[in-house]
Amino acid sequence: MDLQTTIHESINVITVNAERIDASVAIQFKDAMRAVTDDGPDHMVLDLGQVAFVDSSGLGAIVAAMKQMGKDRKLDLAALTPDVAKVFRLTRMDTVFDIHENVQQAAPRAAG
Amino acid sequence: MEFRTNQHGFSISTIGNERSVREALAKTRSALGDSGISDDLCSTVEIALAEALNNIAEHAYATTTPGPLEIAALLGPDGLEFNLRDRGNALPGLTLPEGKLPERDVPLDDLPEGGFGWFLLRNLAESLTYKRENGENCLTLVFAQK
Repeated sequence: MDLQTTIHESINVITVNAERIDASVAIQFKDAMRAVTDDGPDHMVLDLGQVAFVDSSGLGAIVAAMKQMGKDRKLDLAALTPDVAKVFRLTRMDTVFDIHENVQQAAPRAAG
Repeated sequence: MEFRTNQHGFSISTIGNERSVREALAKTRSALGDSGISDDLCSTVEIALAEALNNIAEHAYATTTPGPLEIAALLGPDGLEFNLRDRGNALPGLTLPEGKLPERDVPLDDLPEGGFGWFLLRNLAESLTYKRENGENCLTLVFAQK
């Protein structure tokens, strides 16, 4: 699972370079997220702009990624595509995360 | 994976593992799009089918070598019907799980990482029917055309 981290001032933006987070990659995604969130700032943003689809395993892995950061740190989501937003809305998990329209909104200085 | 179109829609024959599920979903999505089904309904179908097919790969074939997975799609003017068949383990109690949404108003450590599948299926499909016959699981999902 290809994740790219960009540091914007005090926020790390983690971009998922994959079209799907589904059952076949959920464990790899969770492990990769652990590796990139282990160190670094307390506030991170997961950029899902390239992810067209998540299933319930992918959703669970995103929740797991937030949980493994611990309660004193924060993982926001940004740039949800329509199908991904639908899964978060239907399962009401959109109430568990702060969700931003795009990365610029999540990390205002990211636009440069 | 074998993909065939017919006068009513299309069918897919494959193996019930995660890789084939991904392939079958992609093929279904493109076939529905080609049939002029709206993006919204295409996504509803893909989200629901993903859960149903993953259940087959992860549960029905959990204790055996993944066996056949058959998808038959009937595309009608009023609705879409998908018949899924596998030769894996039966659903426990031979009934569809209740599919309650997991509790989310809980401490961080207790947030759900799963248990959304049957909720999504029940929520997205207009109707859901399960039968066990001749050693096969038969799940039928119906979606209304809006």
